Amino acid sequence: MANLTTESRPVRYVLTAVALVFLFLFLLLPLIGVFWEALHKGWQLYLTALVEPEAWSAIKLTLISAAIAVPLNLVFGVSAAWAIARFDFRGKSLLTTLIDLPFAVSPVVAGLMFILLFGANTAAGGWLQDHGLQVIFAVPGIVLATVFVTFPFVARELIPLMQSQGADEEQAAIVLGASGWQTFRKVTLPNIKWGLLYGVILTNARAMGEFGAVSVVSGHIRGETNTIPLHVEILYNEYNFVGAFACASLLALLALVTLLVKSLVEWHLHRQQHASTLRTAEARLQAAQP
Amino acid sequence: MSTILNLRHSVLPGFRLSFGITLFWLALIVLLPFAALVYSTVGMGWDGFLAAVGSERVMASIRLSFATAGLSALINLVFGFLVAWVLVRYPFPGKRLVDALVDLPFALPTAVAGIALTTLYAPNGWIGQFLAPLGIKVAFTPLGIIVALTFIGLPFVVRTVQPVLEDLEKELEEAATCLGASRWDIFRRVIFPATLPSLITGGTMAFARATGEYGSVIFIAGNIPLVSEIAPLIIVSKLDQFDQQGATAVALVMLGISFVFLLLINLIQWWAARRHGAGR
Amino acid sequence: MSIEIRNIRKQFGQFTALDNVSLDIAAGELLALLGPSGCGKTTLLRIIAGLEKPDAGQVLFGGADATHTHVAERQVGFVFQHYALFRHMTVFDNVAFGLSVKPRRERPSAEEIRERVMKLLKMVQLDWLADAYPGQLSGGQRQRIALARSLAVEPKVLLLDEPFGALDAKVRKDLRRWLRELHNDMHITSVFVTHDQEEALEVSDRVVVMDHGHIEQVGRPDDIYEHPATPFVTQFLGDVNLFHGRVDAGQLTIGSYEQALGQHQDADGDAAVAYVRPHDLDLTLQADGALAQGRVEHIHAVGPVVRVELQQADGQTIEAAVSKERFRALGIVPGDTVYVTPRKLAVFLKDAAGQQDYVI
Repeated sequence: MANLTTESRPVRYVLTAVALVFLFLFLLLPLIGVFWEALHKGWQLYLTALVEPEAWSAIKLTLISAAIAVPLNLVFGVSAAWAIARFDFRGKSLLTTLIDLPFAVSPVVAGLMFILLFGANTAAGGWLQDHGLQVIFAVPGIVLATVFVTFPFVARELIPLMQSQGADEEQAAIVLGASGWQTFRKVTLPNIKWGLLYGVILTNARAMGEFGAVSVVSGHIRGETNTIPLHVEILYNEYNFVGAFACASLLALLALVTLLVKSLVEWHLHRQQHASTLRTAEARLQAAQP
Repeated sequence: MSTILNLRHSVLPGFRLSFGITLFWLALIVLLPFAALVYSTVGMGWDGFLAAVGSERVMASIRLSFATAGLSALINLVFGFLVAWVLVRYPFPGKRLVDALVDLPFALPTAVAGIALTTLYAPNGWIGQFLAPLGIKVAFTPLGIIVALTFIGLPFVVRTVQPVLEDLEKELEEAATCLGASRWDIFRRVIFPATLPSLITGGTMAFARATGEYGSVIFIAGNIPLVSEIAPLIIVSKLDQFDQQGATAVALVMLGISFVFLLLINLIQWWAARRHGAGR
Repeated sequence: MSIEIRNIRKQFGQFTALDNVSLDIAAGELLALLGPSGCGKTTLLRIIAGLEKPDAGQVLFGGADATHTHVAERQVGFVFQHYALFRHMTVFDNVAFGLSVKPRRERPSAEEIRERVMKLLKMVQLDWLADAYPGQLSGGQRQRIALARSLAVEPKVLLLDEPFGALDAKVRKDLRRWLRELHNDMHITSVFVTHDQEEALEVSDRVVVMDHGHIEQVGRPDDIYEHPATPFVTQFLGDVNLFHGRVDAGQLTIGSYEQALGQHQDADGDAAVAYVRPHDLDLTLQADGALAQGRVEHIHAVGPVVRVELQQADGQTIEAAVSKERFRALGIVPGDTVYVTPRKLAVFLKDAAGQQDYVI
């Protein structure tokens, strides 16, 4: 009877054990496997696989496309969050749904759409090619596909955060005579910085790791249009497992950093919200009265 | 622009700028490609559509995609609920690490997950070597696809159920106990129904994601036509053969089926929400 | 069924919630546990219910030890402050829950359940809401459903944790009266927790005033109000003015004011505090025999009594409540100097009382 609202000790232990075994088999073991496969033939081979010119060019292309996609989607995400969380306008829920659309589409279909738009045999693609710009099977296509699949992350992270914080502080700043830009920089930004950081980190992780959409538009030209994930695929299909897993381990490290940042951000938000949760709870209590 | 804004005037500036940027970027990155998809569909015609989709190989791949996505979503409903339950309710060492690990499938690139799972479940892999003597083949079979899709979908279920379990008032269980209910009664009749809507939402998200998943699946699937070839792969191979029309047709069928599923589940949710009243 | 509580102790980490509490509750009585938040009243209620296990001590139900009886077997009805209704069940299913989870042998037939639930819903005057969901009800309706649900299993004891705490003032008043009437009809032993002294005094047969994990006073509402046993009870039950003075052999001296008390005969010039309620203070324009004097600061003349706020020379405020007639006869305006005389005061010696100036 120690605690009424929980199960008996054996039940707890069995359930916990089953859950942990499941997580170990399905999540942890694959992660360990990546590093094991990459390193079990020694550091030397590992490093060789990474500095090999084709791997190196894939790393560079990945960095470039992330460096373009992340800032663009950052600006977009902040703008969208400001418009949606701070103003009431017609069609707001439609806009929110449209922003989420890239999540609902298979990455392969996303790539397909860009081929239909900019492929060599389409009007837009033909025109661009005549003017010296190839989109599909080239770097611009890869960047476009990356921007598409990472489109919603920052906005998705910021909108609920800014909605829950409310506009009171910003309105106070405006009343006190601050300009719009000052208000954003000195009031909004400090309040959303952790959520923003997490949104950016997620965008970056997805940008560097995207496979399906990029695969469709890249054309797989070695040393030219291969990102790290595409390079991993090629090496793996050539049975160069050490090379494939060496490149994969870079991406796995990136994933671990992402998880770490996420934990930090959650911890910060939790601390930040602890005081305000108490206030909200009180307000809700009062609101619950008829 | 002032007609778009509601009557409730806001003192905050920047609506035109932020709304403008949002709309421009949305149009360029999302709406334009969708328009291209719609445009090429219109140009296709019924016959071309049926010719592209009607083949046995395409139909088999679509069936496989939805069946494996459905099964993996079911597995995730069970284990995702269990993981969320254990994370919320039972103390154990290393809980914060485990909690962070749940998001791994969100963060790990799908190709990496794909080759890692394939290596684990191959007949000579860490897990596959124990399954092979039992006659269970995972890698290069539909079973492997289910494994990969389960990996991809798990966090969707855990992360939607977890907050609901956290917010569940202890008083509900105490009230039920006072009324003489056993633990099992309380779980079955109080806790589970309260978390059911979130389970459906999480399961739907896992399912939707799984139907379109490509990167993690193609390595482990083996991609044998009629057996373990998923619909997204059909789209890719049609594109490789420069059959854009065929690829578009398959994509449309997939989008259509997904849309119907989502609509159905939203209807169920809406119906449940209405039934239980607007308030809390 | 009577309840006996014997030497109950409960610690939460460093915090002592209940410190050796003993209490007898008679069968059929409606008892209020009254005190500020953190005084241990809810913990005591939860220990009676079996939702919390005491570190030491016993709980006896009808003379039999129930300390280690599981909640589910104690046959108590518990009503939670925030109702704890099952959101996904209709009102009917909520009330029927306790009956429908009984083991098959003891479970009434569906027809019987239906009959009993509808009877209860009629009793709480909400039978027309049987098919509604809790989300569609008002707070007062939810609380009545919660009550009906707890009564469905025919408990021997009814326990209510701040039953009206989350309701607004008007609904709260109605429900109070309704609970009183319900108890008169059913005569089930009932204990309810509240921090609202008015509620406790109005509804219950007896009030238990608690503070810091122990019982300050137990008694009938009028008794407690008229004869508070401690400074804490005095202050907790309503507005009160404090006057500091001395007691010598039963004689109270505050400044030039003197009065013989029927108590504290063996006091030897001990420091003491006299507590006077605003309506026990009379205002006069004569200095003779006055307890204190002050300048009129504010006059609140709304309602049947006139509340007059005085400021003493040392800056202390005195609040007095006089009738409209008396106020008119006095003809005072802000700025006037008036004198106060007590009709009734409660005097506590300082050393005996411990925390003297308890602020609520």
